[in-house]
Amino acid sequence: MPVVAIPALIRNLTDGEESVTVDGATIREVINNLDIRYPGTKAKLCEGDRIRPGIGVYIDGVLTKVGMHERVEEDTELHFLPAISGGIAESS
Amino acid sequence: MARKSHVQTTINGETVEFLCEPRQSLLEVLRDELHLTGAKEGCNNGNCGACSVILDGRLVNSCLVLGAEIDGKSVETIEGLAEPDKLHPIQDAFLENAALQCGICTPGFIMSAKALLDKNPNPTEHEVRYWLAGNLCRCTGYDKIVRAVLDAAAAT
Amino acid sequence: MSEKKEYKVIGTRPIRHDGVDKVTGRAIYGADFQITGLLHGRVLRSPHAHARIVSIDTSRAEAHPGVKGVVTAEDLPAAEDKMADLGEGAVSLKYLCDNILASDKALYKGHAIAAVAATSPHIAEEACELIDVEYEVLPPVLEVRQAMESDAPILHENLRTSSLGETGDKPSNIASHFQHKKGDIDKGFDEADVIIEREFVTGTVHQGYIEPHNATALYNPDGQLTVWCSTQGAFTVREQLAEILQYPISKIKVVPLEIGGGFGGKINVYVKPVAALLAKKTGKPVKVLMNRADVFEGTGPTPASYITIKMGATNDGKITAAQTSLVFEAGAYPGSPVGAGAMCVFAPYNIENVVIDGYDVVVNKPKTAPYRAPGATNAAFGTETVVDELAEKLNIDPLEIRLMNGAKEGDRRADGPVYPRIGFIETLEAAKEHPHYASPNGKKYHGRGIASGFWFNIGLESSVTINVNPDGTVNLVEGSTDIGGTRASIAMQAAEVLGIPAESVNPTVVDTNSIGYTAVTGGSRTTYATGYAAYEAAQDVVQQMKARAAKLWDVDEDNVQFADGEFSSINGKEEQISFRDLSARLGETGGPVIGRATMNPAGAGGAFATHVVDVEVDVDTGKVEILRYTATQDAGKAIHPSYVEGQIQGGVVQGIGWALNEEYIYNDEGEMTNASFLDYRMPTCLDLPMIDAVIVEVPNPGHPYGVRGVGEVPIVPPPAAIANAIYDAVGIRMTELPMSPDRLLKAMGKI
Repeated sequence: MPVVAIPALIRNLTDGEESVTVDGATIREVINNLDIRYPGTKAKLCEGDRIRPGIGVYIDGVLTKVGMHERVEEDTELHFLPAISGGIAESS
Repeated sequence: MARKSHVQTTINGETVEFLCEPRQSLLEVLRDELHLTGAKEGCNNGNCGACSVILDGRLVNSCLVLGAEIDGKSVETIEGLAEPDKLHPIQDAFLENAALQCGICTPGFIMSAKALLDKNPNPTEHEVRYWLAGNLCRCTGYDKIVRAVLDAAAAT
Repeated sequence: MSEKKEYKVIGTRPIRHDGVDKVTGRAIYGADFQITGLLHGRVLRSPHAHARIVSIDTSRAEAHPGVKGVVTAEDLPAAEDKMADLGEGAVSLKYLCDNILASDKALYKGHAIAAVAATSPHIAEEACELIDVEYEVLPPVLEVRQAMESDAPILHENLRTSSLGETGDKPSNIASHFQHKKGDIDKGFDEADVIIEREFVTGTVHQGYIEPHNATALYNPDGQLTVWCSTQGAFTVREQLAEILQYPISKIKVVPLEIGGGFGGKINVYVKPVAALLAKKTGKPVKVLMNRADVFEGTGPTPASYITIKMGATNDGKITAAQTSLVFEAGAYPGSPVGAGAMCVFAPYNIENVVIDGYDVVVNKPKTAPYRAPGATNAAFGTETVVDELAEKLNIDPLEIRLMNGAKEGDRRADGPVYPRIGFIETLEAAKEHPHYASPNGKKYHGRGIASGFWFNIGLESSVTINVNPDGTVNLVEGSTDIGGTRASIAMQAAEVLGIPAESVNPTVVDTNSIGYTAVTGGSRTTYATGYAAYEAAQDVVQQMKARAAKLWDVDEDNVQFADGEFSSINGKEEQISFRDLSARLGETGGPVIGRATMNPAGAGGAFATHVVDVEVDVDTGKVEILRYTATQDAGKAIHPSYVEGQIQGGVVQGIGWALNEEYIYNDEGEMTNASFLDYRMPTCLDLPMIDAVIVEVPNPGHPYGVRGVGEVPIVPPPAAIANAIYDAVGIRMTELPMSPDRLLKAMGKI
């Protein structure tokens, strides 16, 4: 199952867990399942049905420009990095 | 608006006539009136050297010379350096040494280097650096430019 | 992929394809563009760092002879609270628009207020002075620590601190806060025998490209908008124009002309929408050029920062904990590169326990823009100075402590990602083995410093098409702005696949109507990602041509192989034809061949660098002379080594300028007092020695030839390396950039 690294600032919602294994075949499913287990996490990562502006999604350590529909593999590692627009988004 | 003056001059060996306002710089005249856009505007106040041309044998920042001042004089610009089928040795040396990245400062550096080598065909590295200190390049760190000028000196 | 693979084209040093145009003055840069009926635009800028705009009266300017049109923020579509989607994360459309032409407030000196189109640039300038603007001047705030105070002047009444989903409840200049955490920081410091904690301040610096921003825009009566300009990314200009002007992308064509440097500063748009507004108003093509002061005062510098670094290590040199707070100025609108700085700050080291806090803070300066490894240089100045101090306290060689703690494949960075194969250790070893490191150092007031740096590099989208010509050459069409020789490095990758010389590939950078989407030339991605696309497009050509050979020989396609520029038949018929000869026979075998590829590659790999510098400090004047400089860097595989060296040398020298002289100097009113190349002191060739660029090649597993981006990381180590060298020379730890003569004299107690 995909592994989600929990951003430091929302570990209060995951009982301090730094990374959790969550089922799901797409980023949407993973986030929805994460929210079922740790209520409130989705609201931190998403605005409506989109990834929050300013949050970068990393699939296996690589910044990707993907939406919620992106498929993830069995052993995918997901990071939601609170990257500020202007930094990575506009990296020179 | 002040009356335009009639200027007759020699540019790259050709007689050229144009009308210009008293406030127009040589750089403006070259670029906007004569469409010789090889000289670049980087600062318009003599600090960057991107507009370097040779006026009666002397290296000048064309942004600091008025268009009207060149009446009866002779101007060399980057456009006049190469022969139809052959680059100038300085131009060749810049290409061989990869002495340009974005290239915006390159025409100025080449004209500046030409003025140096015209006077001093065998400069030391320090002399090259001293002479070219009036030309700013932000891409290369100057290493390959200095080497190119030294190579061009050795080749001529 | 074998590490010792022999290449025919890759690794050679051909003359760049655009070289002759650029040494003869014929290359057309943004400002060189001419078109019939051209008007000239100029922008009126705020004289105040912080002011409410009470009223703007343009009537006197409009009546001035020769003036054809005046625009203000009123001419922009109402932005309201919409978010603009620029493809890489949404940003506030109001902020985006207000930075183009201020609507309610001027937030920095130089903030664009209005613009004029006239028959000559001089008339446009005169008319700007005839625009009457009434300001209510407000107190400015220019420094991040002051801006964070609760009683600081507030730039944006509606800005609340965002902290990963949490939003503050009152107006603040802190746009956002984030945190990365790994391990147990308290435990890590408990294990340490030595702990160093220092504060660092870095100044606001500018990218300093020699070519000012420029744009020429034309609206056709059918609504088609064309913009000719220099930019790091024509497609990102198109996206920004579409959002700012609220205009369909299908009606916008952006034509990228040659660019005179960018370094991250020519991604955001400034005068391009203004030229478009003026063109719409006048019905004529309008060219808007910035002057040098406009560039300094009105375009993105890279942020000043306030950084605290705390690191602990055991007596045997193991770094056990690292903690930092990175406070970056965003300029007038949110969006500093603090996120990137946080990714890089401890990236060279494998440290078990890490906490990184990042703050993005608005101040009354131009909105910051990326600058070569944005955020990483600020961060490395702190980290690499503290690592040097740890090494000194522990009596360990500074290269050794880095070798002991250096990150390797499989190590996890504090912000999460796990490293693939990287070459940090190899850059350290190359520095250690270099004659520079073994050379004598010990003369009075001479010192040696070393520092390392990291930049993550990016992939993103690139598109390439390759058209095969009947003489065995190919025309390669791409959308990546060529700032430093990437036509060559991209063409060479296609040439290698096709088995033809680099000179047989004609690369052209085209407009947004003529190639698939291609992201900016930035993030050190162009030779990597567009080069990868060129590789794939060339493979596509080979596949199609194999089918043509099969047709000629009447064999099965699977029985055609391609190697060293020759197609040959395997199994049965003995047939052979060169790429060149087959190119001449495309007509008879089915028509033209066009290879194509679009990529969004995921494995950019990271770039590491280690620098060694010798300095001499003049203790009477405070001037620091660079005596010798050696930069080792993992390039993965250097496609064109000369231009890789050039990237390294150029980055080093920008870093030297940042270290020693460059900064925005402000007066109390928030006016920049050194907005010229004379007073904003960038290095000249007389300030420098040759820069020894040492290319280390640890192939990137995420690229067919092993390429890693090389453009950005060389700017990262210099300020720290020079600070460490100054310490070695005079025993003073400099913690503020730039380390200009006055600061050095003060630190030495001389003034």
